[in-house]
Amino acid sequence: MTPFLRATITIAAKDLRSEFRTKEAFNASLSFSVVILVLFSFAFDPTSEQMQSISGGLLWLVFSFASALSLNRSFARELQNDCLDALVCAPVPVAAIFLGKALANYLLLICVEITALAVFALFYDTHFSQQLGPILLVIALGTWGMTVIGTTFSALTVNLRMREVMLPTLVYPLLVPALMAAMTLTTDLMNGMPLGGDNLLWLRVLTGFDFIYTLLAMVFIDIVVVG
Amino acid sequence: MTFPGARSTTSPPALDIDGVSKYYGHFPALRDIRIKVAAGSTVALLGRNGAGKTTLLKIIAGLSKPSQGSVRIGGQEVREQATRARIGVLGHGISVYDELSALENLTIFAKLYSLPEPERRALEWLERTGLDRVRDGLVREFSRGMRQRLAVARAFIHEPEVLLMDEPFTALDDRAIAVLQDLLADAHASGRTIIMSTHQLREALELATDVVLIQRGQIAHAGPRTQEMVDDTGWLYRTYGED
Repeated sequence: MTPFLRATITIAAKDLRSEFRTKEAFNASLSFSVVILVLFSFAFDPTSEQMQSISGGLLWLVFSFASALSLNRSFARELQNDCLDALVCAPVPVAAIFLGKALANYLLLICVEITALAVFALFYDTHFSQQLGPILLVIALGTWGMTVIGTTFSALTVNLRMREVMLPTLVYPLLVPALMAAMTLTTDLMNGMPLGGDNLLWLRVLTGFDFIYTLLAMVFIDIVVVG
Repeated sequence: MTFPGARSTTSPPALDIDGVSKYYGHFPALRDIRIKVAAGSTVALLGRNGAGKTTLLKIIAGLSKPSQGSVRIGGQEVREQATRARIGVLGHGISVYDELSALENLTIFAKLYSLPEPERRALEWLERTGLDRVRDGLVREFSRGMRQRLAVARAFIHEPEVLLMDEPFTALDDRAIAVLQDLLADAHASGRTIIMSTHQLREALELATDVVLIQRGQIAHAGPRTQEMVDDTGWLYRTYGED
């Protein structure tokens, strides 16, 4: 195992272990997702055609707001006891620290989103079991995009007093292409359209977004964290 | 300022601070700091609050970039990975995770420093700092003294060649002070270089081989520690008009 990979796994395992002990971010994200989905199911007629057509939008709005609650904590938890200083002093690339944190965030968000998807299936009378594989692929790609951007800006805003406000303000405009792609693809899949043909372009947008922003984050994270 | 030991050797000094300045906006926190520290020295970095000691230590540790000048450790840039493996930092914060156990904390840092058998190394240091009985206890349940001892173990676990310590004796209980003094004495005896900022003059001067006094971001005095300083700890501040 390379030192980079070992450091990445160590940081990811550390963050996951901390989160499983406190459950701060997980509980906040999960309860937010479930409450919003349940409230929407009461507010609208979930069997209507209109509901089907906005299903992707609704899911991704819930996912993106839930992610902000979770990602805000990512670097902020390192402020406690000045732990970030000790990590930055360690002989590991800052990119490995970033990637470890991003991986931990990603796994947490995926857990929240899969639970939210189950709640969505329960309350919204949608039939997407045939398309579950492609939907999970879109969720995996869209979530990685949100995670990379969110973790980067979590590092950037970690020392700001208003970071809870600043993070979503900075993150959502950048996420527009990824969210548009994920929403369109999810809506199409929920409506029974297969992955391919017209919506292949959106899949490429989503994949390209993930690739480009992961690369940019890895290159610039040292400047973001150390200055 | 070159400390005497540094001149007598052809190998690069353990620490070479060359013309370091740091500005926050237009405010000069540090101005043209030049120090060469020979391997094996113990340098007490003295000065009033706000003099620039912590800023200088953060720059040496690679946690902050200087506005001008450079810092080299053993002839290498401080932000190089190999250089960071040679530094141990004990800052104001304890830099351990409250929601993890003592053993988990030290094992994580042992892994990050690529130490062989990280858990065994962590257990060794828990024993050395008297925390082996509470190795599985969460740090958030520890007393302040236990937390400080764990922080010391974290900073020493990779047995660094250069130790950077910011106010290491502040807020320590008696046992933690004793543990730290023993470890520092061992580190000095084994030829490690120690740079510590402190207000606890007596403890610092007992250990120090050299003294640097910083006033308003500039070096006011740098030189070997003398017996006069140990006998009368207020001497430095009085001499340089800070009393």
